[in-house]
Amino acid sequence: MHSYDDILQKITEILRPFVPQGQAIAEETDLVADLGLDSLKVMKILETVEDSFDILIPLNVLPDIRTVKDFALQIQKLDGDGQ
Amino acid sequence: MTIFDKFDQLAAARQALEENCGDFFNMVVDDIISATEAVVNGRRMILAGSNNYLGLSFDSDCIEAACEATRQAGTGTTGSRMANGTFSGHVALEKELAQFFKRRHAIVFSTGYIANLAMLSTLVGPDEIILLDADCHASIYDGCRLGKAEIIRFRHNDINDLEKRLKRLAKRNTNILVVVEGLYSMLGDRAPLSDIAAVKRKYGAYLLVDEAHSLGVLGENGRGLAEEAGVEDEADFIVGTFSKSLGAIGGFCVSNHQQLDLVRYASRPYVFTASSSPGVIASTRKALSILHTRPELRRRLWDNANMLYQKLQDLGFSLGPEPSPIVAVRQQDKEEALAIWNALVQHGVYVNLVLPPATPDGGALLRCSMSAGHTAEQIEHIGQAFAAAHRTDQAAQTG
Repeated sequence: MHSYDDILQKITEILRPFVPQGQAIAEETDLVADLGLDSLKVMKILETVEDSFDILIPLNVLPDIRTVKDFALQIQKLDGDGQ
Repeated sequence: MTIFDKFDQLAAARQALEENCGDFFNMVVDDIISATEAVVNGRRMILAGSNNYLGLSFDSDCIEAACEATRQAGTGTTGSRMANGTFSGHVALEKELAQFFKRRHAIVFSTGYIANLAMLSTLVGPDEIILLDADCHASIYDGCRLGKAEIIRFRHNDINDLEKRLKRLAKRNTNILVVVEGLYSMLGDRAPLSDIAAVKRKYGAYLLVDEAHSLGVLGENGRGLAEEAGVEDEADFIVGTFSKSLGAIGGFCVSNHQQLDLVRYASRPYVFTASSSPGVIASTRKALSILHTRPELRRRLWDNANMLYQKLQDLGFSLGPEPSPIVAVRQQDKEEALAIWNALVQHGVYVNLVLPPATPDGGALLRCSMSAGHTAEQIEHIGQAFAAAHRTDQAAQTG
């Protein structure tokens, strides 16, 4: 099981190639409004996160994820559930 | 701030497209000449993206059946299947679909979209799981969203990824429905269905196959990929549409599970939609019988598909992974795709331009679909139009 800080760091690394160069990525960064992620990029990011943490991410959780922090907390939950 | 502000981004994208290609959002079919030709925006064009795989929208027997049924039963049912909208034609079509697919049960829906909405939102409930191929059609995703099941994707056509997920989910000890398509609508590639059926059986899951693009196209009798792959017994549910090879509009699900009939009572998309009009049901019944009686249409379709695939491959276009009646020309650059689409229109060829996010990999597609009704001369013309459009585009880029 990964710590919240580990997850946050890993997510930041995963997001980096999908956002414009120089774009800051912090806990409160909005994935759509600030990073401009479209649905295709989101799906690619989900696949990468699933592989990195060896988890399954149900599409049902996506409406509850707005910020990087929401994303990290959701991964932590799924990681803890052993999903 | 207004209620329409959320559309600002769409408006900007549309404006940018209109500046490059003004006709794209304003294509109107003025006059349909045949299953493969029409007058569009005043120009006579070959229809090369219409999903009219067997050309049956203009079959004289289908047209006559629709006219006769309309004269006898009126233009519409004005009611849901659950109220006053089940006519003898609907029941007869369900029986004929069950016979065609060699299944015990069938339900007819008003559209293919509604068939997926109805089945996926109803069949799988809370604490159960839908495991779908990532490239599944929007109607499958929307059906999932309407229901209460947990939705998990697997990588497109990746049997190892599917098995990895099924293995992980096995400990949840719940019902899992695997959802795939026979032919994928964007690139025309088949699902690896015999492998999928094997892992589905290994992990005790259910399997739903959407044969929207493969009914009448694949299999010795036109029953789709499940027939071609020899795994019909493993496909618990087959969903499909009447709006492609059958040349009309409507959808269906067939199954050997006797509980299929109960979906009628639990499914809001089935209960709260007006049923198909008598004319549509009659032409669909006739078209379904033609799948039996005229197998040469399927052979002609495949000859045409292989001919166009080969022509476009020889011209150096990047295509979908395998020849099929859906011939997808892949373009990484959206502007280049628009330029080629526009040139094709100028040369009298109407294909579907598909832009992200509707495309699988974020690129653009010039999506052709072949018909048994296309002549060799028309396919030659389509090939020449692509060659000319490509030359025009190259000249514009170098100039």
